[in-house]
Amino acid sequence: MKPRVAFFDFTGCEGCQLEVLNFNLEIVDLIGAVDIVEFREASSDHSDEYDIAFIEGSQTTDRDVERIQKIRERAKILVALGACSCTGGVNALKNRFSMEENLKVVYGDSAKLYTTIPTRPTSAYVKVDAFIHGCPPNRNEVIRLVKCLLTGKKFELYHDPVCVECKLAENICAFERGEFCLGPVTRGGCNAVCVTGGRKCWGCRAPVDEPNVNSEKELLARYGLTVDDMLMQLKIFNGALEVSK
Amino acid sequence: MTTKEVNFTVHHVARIEGHGNIIVNAKDGKIEECKWEIPESPRFFESMLRGLSYSDVNFIAPRICGICAVAHANASIAATEAAFGVKLSEQSILMRDTLFDAETFTSHILHTYFLIAPDFLGVGSVIPLATTHTDVVLRALRMKKFGNDWADIFCGRKTHPISQVAGGFVKFPTVEQLKWIKDKLEGEIMKDLEISVDLFKTLKFPDFVRETEYIALTKPDEYAFIGGAIGSTDCKPMPINDYQKVTNEFCVPQSTAKWTKHLRESFQVGALARFNVNHDKLHPKAKKVAQAFGLKAPCYNPFLISAAQLVESMHVVENSIMILDKLLTKGIKPEKPEVKVKAGRGVGAVEAPRGILFHDYTFDDAGKCIAANIIIPTNENHNSIQHDFDKLLPEIIDQPQEKIKLTMEMLVRAYDPCVSCSTHMLEVKFK
Repeated sequence: MKPRVAFFDFTGCEGCQLEVLNFNLEIVDLIGAVDIVEFREASSDHSDEYDIAFIEGSQTTDRDVERIQKIRERAKILVALGACSCTGGVNALKNRFSMEENLKVVYGDSAKLYTTIPTRPTSAYVKVDAFIHGCPPNRNEVIRLVKCLLTGKKFELYHDPVCVECKLAENICAFERGEFCLGPVTRGGCNAVCVTGGRKCWGCRAPVDEPNVNSEKELLARYGLTVDDMLMQLKIFNGALEVSK
Repeated sequence: MTTKEVNFTVHHVARIEGHGNIIVNAKDGKIEECKWEIPESPRFFESMLRGLSYSDVNFIAPRICGICAVAHANASIAATEAAFGVKLSEQSILMRDTLFDAETFTSHILHTYFLIAPDFLGVGSVIPLATTHTDVVLRALRMKKFGNDWADIFCGRKTHPISQVAGGFVKFPTVEQLKWIKDKLEGEIMKDLEISVDLFKTLKFPDFVRETEYIALTKPDEYAFIGGAIGSTDCKPMPINDYQKVTNEFCVPQSTAKWTKHLRESFQVGALARFNVNHDKLHPKAKKVAQAFGLKAPCYNPFLISAAQLVESMHVVENSIMILDKLLTKGIKPEKPEVKVKAGRGVGAVEAPRGILFHDYTFDDAGKCIAANIIIPTNENHNSIQHDFDKLLPEIIDQPQEKIKLTMEMLVRAYDPCVSCSTHMLEVKFK
């Protein structure tokens, strides 16, 4: 029997699911190898049993928390897909303010009609078997994970920082262009797409497991920056990270 | 009439971006409840953007929506440029406009083929069509992939864009890339689009009309997608800075998204609204597509939003062929975006694929965002969907429950809602 694959969306932009639809012609082959039993963005067919559950988005209401626990009970393998599920992503920017303040800013006098809880990554609520980082995730990494799961191979995350792929792409260092780049401390696997696109790294794939702390401190000092500046910048995509660790 | 109860809830309507519910409760043809509910978890972007620098704001704002990220990027950048008084070069405007055409084209193809067509072919998704209608699915994938590649060449990555910034672009396509896009648009894509029109014009769209107000950006000399004035079928064009007088947002208990109204009980935005307001500025080939669908302005059938999307797909293809001709004739050269930060407020308005979108920011003198207001098209349409429901349900209440349910879901899908922007959409409760 083919493995049953399900996609569940929580609080997020649904860009991760869209990246899966963007496999384009490869998706036709992938569909042949698995049964996609839940994919609400693209399908009205439902199922309650699945071997692999992909979780997109953060859990930001009590209802979300209940739902993720139910999904965990029914899923053999649970994968956090994308930054919002892996680290809280940009949704965690709201954690810089009290929830009352967030509600008041958005809903004004009607704030009392609504509720919200601080953004947490999925791993704060349930066991996560695999992480696919990024905002959005790299679609090739999703394909690689599914292939590993189908063939029983271990899925390994890319270990090196973004700088390695950035050098291979022959980019001018973003620091040299006056940007504050998080490439030296961020997990690669994205082909340094943002620096190649003329910008800098925002750290959406979360910090590497073992950052080269001394080298980073030297680099920051050379450009007149501090560790606190770096942590502030890192918060844009990783504001809920201490909770996931 | 025999005693008949119609009770259903469609929880989290499928094949829309975001979550929404439909609740229907009727007895003997008497409707007790007919409600469009939005239970999506709010994101709090307007609060979250506070304290970020303008360039971070422009990079983060597209994360409001995975499907229309380029539209959000452009509304965000336009608001920032308005606040700082930035003037774009002719080259930047041409690059921006063809990037936006790529967004419109790709989103319309995704919507018509992946989200709308399955209803007419009697299946739950495009997935079974891969075996029964392989040529149709391959054509859809081919067009969508091309649309992504077209956008990627200008912005680095369609979800989420990288290379467009306030003041222009930081990466530039090569002549070969421009030629490649133009050849595709004139060749394979034009052919695929013509076949698509032939296919979709054979589908029988439900016969339903509700006259309402239609709102879209408008310009005197072009079919507007970025900037201009706020046009309406009911009144003269209004300045973009007065957008709050048009949207008049209000909170309703059944929705985490805010609703809107202008001169009537509700207004509609999106492809059909743009067609109704700006049809005379369409490219001649797009006008021919409208004729093929029997689409005449003003059209009051919301199910024909999909037809208007195909009309617009042809328009943006033709428009971009002209833009690429200009870029190829003049030659493309790297230009450094010039931005002088100053304290102030700016409003940006664009036509996202699903309707008019506003970003409104206030910056301090260091360029940090101190206030943000964002009004998205899906929210503007919630009130219109509810009023369509109120008229549609009595007209179809004698039909079998499953048919009623499907027709109501199809109506919601026709609007191409993108609820995650705000909130998620569609639970049809026949309770």
